[in-house]
Amino acid sequence: MPINILMPALSPTMTEGNVANWLKNEGDSISPGDLLCEIETDKATMEVESVDEGILGKIVIPTGTENVEVNTVIGIILEEGEEASDLGLGKTTEGKKDEHSEKKLNQEKTSIPSELVTTNNNRDDNMVERILASPLAKRMAKQANLDLANISGSGPNGRIVKKDIERAISDNLTLQTLDVTKPEHTDDHDVPVLEYNTPQYQDTKVSNMRKVIASRLQESKQQVPHFYLTIDCEVDELLKTRKELNLLSENYNLSVNDFIIRACAIALRKVPECNASWINGGVYRQYSTIDISVAVSIEDGLITPVIKNADNLGLENISKTISNLAKRAREKPMGLSPEEYQGGSFSISNLGMFGIKEFKAIINPPQAMILAVGEASQRPIVKDGALAVATVMSCSLSVDHRVVDGATAANFLEVLKNLIEEPLTMLL
Amino acid sequence: MPDDSFDIIVVGGGPGGYVAAIRAAQLGLKTAIIEKESLGGVCLNWGCIPTKTLLRSAEIRHSLERLDEFGISATNIKIDLEKIVARSRAVANQLSNGIKHLMKKNKITVFNAHAKISGKNTLTMNFNDGNKDQIISSPNIILATGARPKELPNIKPDGKNVWTYKHAMLPKKIPSSILIVGSGAIGMEFASFYRDLGTDVTVVELLEQILPAEDRDISDFAAKIFEKEGIKLLVNSQVNTIEIKKNKVHANIESNNGGNIHKVIDHVILAVGIVGNVENLGLENTKVLTENGHIITNEFSSTAETGIYAIGDVTAPPWLAHKASHEAVACVENIAGLKKAHPVEKDSIPACTYCRPQIASIGLTEAAAINLGHKIRIGKFPFSGNGKALSIGETKGLVKTIFDKDTGELLGAHMIGAEVTELIHGFAIAKNLETTETELMQTIFPHPTLSEMIHESVLDAYDQVIHM
Repeated sequence: MPINILMPALSPTMTEGNVANWLKNEGDSISPGDLLCEIETDKATMEVESVDEGILGKIVIPTGTENVEVNTVIGIILEEGEEASDLGLGKTTEGKKDEHSEKKLNQEKTSIPSELVTTNNNRDDNMVERILASPLAKRMAKQANLDLANISGSGPNGRIVKKDIERAISDNLTLQTLDVTKPEHTDDHDVPVLEYNTPQYQDTKVSNMRKVIASRLQESKQQVPHFYLTIDCEVDELLKTRKELNLLSENYNLSVNDFIIRACAIALRKVPECNASWINGGVYRQYSTIDISVAVSIEDGLITPVIKNADNLGLENISKTISNLAKRAREKPMGLSPEEYQGGSFSISNLGMFGIKEFKAIINPPQAMILAVGEASQRPIVKDGALAVATVMSCSLSVDHRVVDGATAANFLEVLKNLIEEPLTMLL
Repeated sequence: MPDDSFDIIVVGGGPGGYVAAIRAAQLGLKTAIIEKESLGGVCLNWGCIPTKTLLRSAEIRHSLERLDEFGISATNIKIDLEKIVARSRAVANQLSNGIKHLMKKNKITVFNAHAKISGKNTLTMNFNDGNKDQIISSPNIILATGARPKELPNIKPDGKNVWTYKHAMLPKKIPSSILIVGSGAIGMEFASFYRDLGTDVTVVELLEQILPAEDRDISDFAAKIFEKEGIKLLVNSQVNTIEIKKNKVHANIESNNGGNIHKVIDHVILAVGIVGNVENLGLENTKVLTENGHIITNEFSSTAETGIYAIGDVTAPPWLAHKASHEAVACVENIAGLKKAHPVEKDSIPACTYCRPQIASIGLTEAAAINLGHKIRIGKFPFSGNGKALSIGETKGLVKTIFDKDTGELLGAHMIGAEVTELIHGFAIAKNLETTETELMQTIFPHPTLSEMIHESVLDAYDQVIHM
């Protein structure tokens, strides 16, 4: 009986993924344990292992297909003696998540977005792209801060050789010294973009993590219709409560952020419309749990560990959880597993420790909102018509307008502010 | 295709010509080669091969002087010059026959004739054996007619007392004294050969440095050894007049600083360079351009006339057989439209001189590198520091390497000493692969060999030499 290979759920909250790369071709024989394909989500890539034996009869969802829903049939394994005509009636079996590659990914603390995985369909060797360059060319490129990937090679088999580097260097210089006042008479239709007075620079290849961050944030800014709301919260009460609670025990050390996380969780419970996502195609997804992603900065980037069921955790638990997650996030290699930093229905980012008054964060798709918390500082306020001083913290909410309207978002912020300004209400 | 029409016709059967013909045949092109004398050209018949054969005899002759050093004694040593010369002729003939077989094997049509361009894409062949002229045509004609010794206005070879290289390799008896005009590779090889046979040798060189093409350090090193061997070197000098009186040559040699020397010798050997064989080819009716007696070509050996190519000694220097052979391949592959056709890189052509001690070099000399604006690192390692050199009793020599200080590019390598002509290929491979000092340092050279000096010389350039 043909066996269906399904798009696996790599984490409890994963709903769809990309078929980044098929590692087997149609007709290849499959043994249990063989790696079938690579599945990519926005934060991680995992290899899918086969539990069955047979021949890969058909690749249903080809390499490079994005947004494939979990449980979609992506391929079919034929058992011995079966024909391709048997296809269509396969029994379902889930590819086993490859534990080894999971661990491996953690150690690499990065994930490989599909753009970086070469589709090897037309290449003779299944190797990762290797840039051929002579030792001298490699060194000259390094010295001139040139990326070998941008240089075409004129040597044997496309090898980059000395004269290719020399040409690249002189091309760069030519661009910088071209006289722009004289219009170039050119028969070509490509008009080179003339740059002059380019400042000195140094190029470095970024890590995979940075590439992922860059691509996701760019996608977010380009695709998600953001709007922003800001509210100021007086936090004197909160600070007092925090101090008191911290004095009571050595077992925990509550931070202002812990309070904010709790406040957000409760607010999301009260205004559930904000705990939702826009799914492409006109679907509004309401989450039933409140999982809050907390932005943690680590060397070379940023990660958002998730506090699951945040509304069911008290301050102490929140504090311990985020503390542990943050500590492991900063380890080298990064000590979080994908479930621990994927998913989440709402994000919080706090730059208060840097003295930032307020800022507007970029939404982490597919979440609908992100709260940007600024510094709590003494500010002049007006109370009962008179000037007074209070510790004020500005919170800005970035909202996906497809999911949440202004009024709803404003309501959420109001609820949040009330919780923050009257911390005792967080007990309710 | 009719019998008189070919895809490629090669004029000249030397290392340029016959290699072009073979490559063309390999690529499936209908090929013809026209050679007026013997296949193999000058190289095989009157150049590289016979001279190296002669020099081998001289080398063995010289080692007889040192038998005692190696714990051997012998008496009654005789030299049979006729046999020495005969051996060189036998080797040349053997190889020339070998080329004949290669032509047959590759189904290349061979014409024993003199060819002249007689129209667009057309050659008229005049046969040695009296048969009537024949006309053949091809859209691609490769001229590989080689070169001949340059003559000086006041020194004309007569084959008796004034020799060119050809006469010099067919001596009837060992001269008691000779004067060699020109201290390039050919001059010094003959100087070395005759000196080892016992002749009194004097070399006259116009420039300040013997072996002017070599790196100064190498030339100076060589000069010291030659002088120790008894070869007299007159640099900064030229032969003003010669007079032949009673079968002896009276030469008047003038030095650039004004001095005058009068020498009486058995023979003069003219070794002042070569000129291309561009005459009598019908070039005057084509667009082909020449300069200083050589045909001007581009990187793929095309001349100014479409359909006519030129390779080897008839074109620009260096005038070396291996340069001709590589030009041949590049030219033919380009004609055939092969993408991988690769033009000859001048700086990657090794040059070897087989005198004693041998000399081999590739790339830029120190002076040339500095002239081109390079900041350089130099490494030197003497034969006297090498175990194998000591073991075989060849302690005089030097390996010099020149690197670009910034990029680590191997700019040049220069060697003098026993067997260096067999070692230079290592540098040639490295240079072709665009090595830096790192790859050479990381290469494991076997011990005990002379080749280890290559490694040490590179290390020395970076202050990491071990055995010095």
